[in-house]
Amino acid sequence: MRDYFAKTSLLAKFALRRERLRIPIWIVSIVSISMAVACSFPGLYPPGPERGILAKTLENPAIVAMIGPNYGRGDYHLGAVMAHQMLLFTAIAVGIMNILLAVSHTRRDEERGRIEVVRALPVGRLSSAGAALLVLSFANIAIAVSTASLLGLLGLEGLDWPGSCLYGAALGVSGIFFATATVLIAQLTETSRAALGLSFSLLGLSYLLRAIGDVSSEALALISPLGLILRTQAYVNNYWWPVLIMLAVSILFVLLAFRLNMIRDLGAGFITAKPGRKTAPPYLRNPLGLALRLQRTTIIGWAGGLFILGVSYGSVFGEIDAFFESSDILGLLLPGTAGFSLTEQFTTTLLAVMTMIGMIPVLIAILRLKSEEQQNRTEHFLARAVSRLTLMGSYLIVSLSISILAPFVSVLGLWTAGSSVMAEPLDLKWLLKGGFSYLPVVWIMIGAAAVLIGFIPRFANFIWLHLGYTFFVIYLGGLLHLPNWMRKLTPFGYIPDVPLETLGVVRAAILIVMAVILILLGLAGYRRRDVYG
Amino acid sequence: MAIIKMEQVVKKFGAFRALDGIDLTVNPGEIYGFIGPNGAGKTTAIRILLGILRATGGKAAIFGRDAWAEAVEIHKQVAYVPGEVNLWPNLTGGEVIDLFVRLRRVANKNRREELIERFALDPSKRCGTYSKGNRQKVALIAAFASDAELYILDEPTSGLDPLMEQVFQECIQEVREAGKSVLLSSHILSEVERLCDRLSIIRRGKIIETGTMEELRHLTRTNVVVQTAEPIQSLQEIAGVHDLKINGEEVCFSVDSERIGAVIKYISRFEILSLQSTPPTLEDLFIHHYRDEGG
Ligand SMILES: Nc1ncnc2c1ncn2[C@@H]1O[C@H](COP(=O)(O)OP(=O)(O)OP(=O)(O)O)[C@@H](O)[C@H]1O
Ligand SMILES: [Mg+2]
Repeated sequence: MRDYFAKTSLLAKFALRRERLRIPIWIVSIVSISMAVACSFPGLYPPGPERGILAKTLENPAIVAMIGPNYGRGDYHLGAVMAHQMLLFTAIAVGIMNILLAVSHTRRDEERGRIEVVRALPVGRLSSAGAALLVLSFANIAIAVSTASLLGLLGLEGLDWPGSCLYGAALGVSGIFFATATVLIAQLTETSRAALGLSFSLLGLSYLLRAIGDVSSEALALISPLGLILRTQAYVNNYWWPVLIMLAVSILFVLLAFRLNMIRDLGAGFITAKPGRKTAPPYLRNPLGLALRLQRTTIIGWAGGLFILGVSYGSVFGEIDAFFESSDILGLLLPGTAGFSLTEQFTTTLLAVMTMIGMIPVLIAILRLKSEEQQNRTEHFLARAVSRLTLMGSYLIVSLSISILAPFVSVLGLWTAGSSVMAEPLDLKWLLKGGFSYLPVVWIMIGAAAVLIGFIPRFANFIWLHLGYTFFVIYLGGLLHLPNWMRKLTPFGYIPDVPLETLGVVRAAILIVMAVILILLGLAGYRRRDVYG
Repeated sequence: MAIIKMEQVVKKFGAFRALDGIDLTVNPGEIYGFIGPNGAGKTTAIRILLGILRATGGKAAIFGRDAWAEAVEIHKQVAYVPGEVNLWPNLTGGEVIDLFVRLRRVANKNRREELIERFALDPSKRCGTYSKGNRQKVALIAAFASDAELYILDEPTSGLDPLMEQVFQECIQEVREAGKSVLLSSHILSEVERLCDRLSIIRRGKIIETGTMEELRHLTRTNVVVQTAEPIQSLQEIAGVHDLKINGEEVCFSVDSERIGAVIKYISRFEILSLQSTPPTLEDLFIHHYRDEGG
């Protein structure tokens, strides 16, 4: 048994060294955002009767689907606010961090032959996986401890120590859950891309199950790790059992992952590919064909996922109607844009959120060009009669096509589910128009990615940082009353509240022109620079 | 008109000069060898020729066209095989070959099948499961299946087994017979010796020697082993003789190629019983250059 883990701690130290930048950046950003938000609460929610009313309005199913159930019903003190408004999103961010890191230290290292080199040394068979888990556990514990102690030290009303400890532990254990689940998934798939895809699907599914479950079925919410983690009811009832369940499941995942790692060959997975075709299909004749072929699974998967996302949100519409029928007073109390129902206002948020999630496959598609270069595969094209314009253009075309497909399927899902549960179904054309209003800013993001790839490919992944920022500002901006200039730092801030308001032709034209300029700039940069493979 | 012409090509990576004024000319129908130690700049020079990297200074042209500006036009007539072949793990070898051949727009179905057969490749396997040699075969088949005017090969056989190495050499002979040109960078010196008409040795970003095998041989020494009836006197004092060793009857030494006549004349005075002279191999040449010029 000992031999299986020989030199694990040495490998863990090495892994920590490799991550000396990435892990601290993740931890610092996650913890400091939590702190900044917590510090803003006293100004946002002063004690008084308004708090109680606000707490009631936040129980409306639309909000519950977005951010989770409110347990501070009796007393919406700042601790309850924190757990209600921030725990879910922070847990998702921690989950993303763990998935990315776990894949890169397991399947990606294996795929690139790095584990082979290590395995040839006197190290144990499970040492690499063990070291990865050790490093990730360390990172998650760091998040848990620093969040708990800093929140406790703030000494804000309602943010007591027992609650803070549980809040931190809940974050840490969510991270450990997704880390171990990803390490397990990495044993199953043959490629790191597939491992990433499956792990993120798990995260997405957890979110959706929780959204539907929180609104209509407690059992469903409990199946979802994200739903479970909200059941800690930190700062209100402080239940520790969800943390323990998550830990137990994680340990199970680890044992299973180790077992699979033991019995499989290095480089092999359990989900294997079948032998393929001997000749290429007719469409595989140029970079565009290849770009499509390479991303076929990604595109289909995302289209399905976005549709389900729309359906999940749409299914909440019926509950919203019911909620307001049951309490007339609330309807009166809620500040609304004149002439629009709450359902309609909720649609605004939904469209923005669906657009931002739809941005992910769009950016993946264009950034693929950079990862192809990193793996020395673009030279096959550039050494043949393919111009750089054609090459980058192909990836741009795929990315732009997805940008049109994404709002279409998610809106379709929203409308399908919404119409089946609502007395007065939504107007599909109205919804689509709203969804497509975001296209100019999506294209600006594509253009920004193109510029990064064209000039500083090493930093191309920074576009994700910007998307993360956008998500934070748009999703939580209204709730947290973020200043308006923060909205204006992202192109999304220049889109009015569609579909309630309309994007004017002039503004649309300006945004599109900017997108075109960025894309052309990116192409020009890519044409001029050295390609490294 | 030269097929490849590089004049004073300089490539800097930051402050580091990977290429320091390279001159290289490949004439039509020529098989041109390009050798040099690791990190000498072979791949960098080839990538500049392919317009993947941009030269910091100097001129690089293929078919008389600028390698950077007219890359696409040039590549219609160029086939390239990289030293390290990275392919898409989830596409099959057959799919990749087809894709590469189609990018050139002249498909020769029979040639493809024939080459797959000769290189003994299973085209239905996914590239992720190919061995290094098999990935290289994919690139070689795609290259030879296209009727190019110029073949640029960067260590194309570093993973091939001896049998496949032979198939590769046959393919090069066929290319030669068709009157096409080849730029072959390789560490397998016997291969270069056998195939190439002319060659260049590059070291630290500079071309240090260019010529035919014969011309290059002249620049080094011939190894001589001789037995004479009488002991040879004061051989070490004769100009051009080096590394003298005496094992009983047998005398071994090396001699500068231009002095060989004079030296033989001298030792024939001592009644030669047997004499062996071996011309320097490319390996000797390579090591000679590598050591002599400051290593
Ligand atoms: N992108 C880069 N940035 C910095 N230095 C580079 C880069 N690419 C190559 N070099 C350096 O340029 C030099 C020449 O490299 P090159 O790959 O051309 O060598 P080579 O002759 O092909 O070697 P080998 O025989 O090992 O293939 C090396 O010292 C290498 O480290
Ligand atoms: Mg090289």
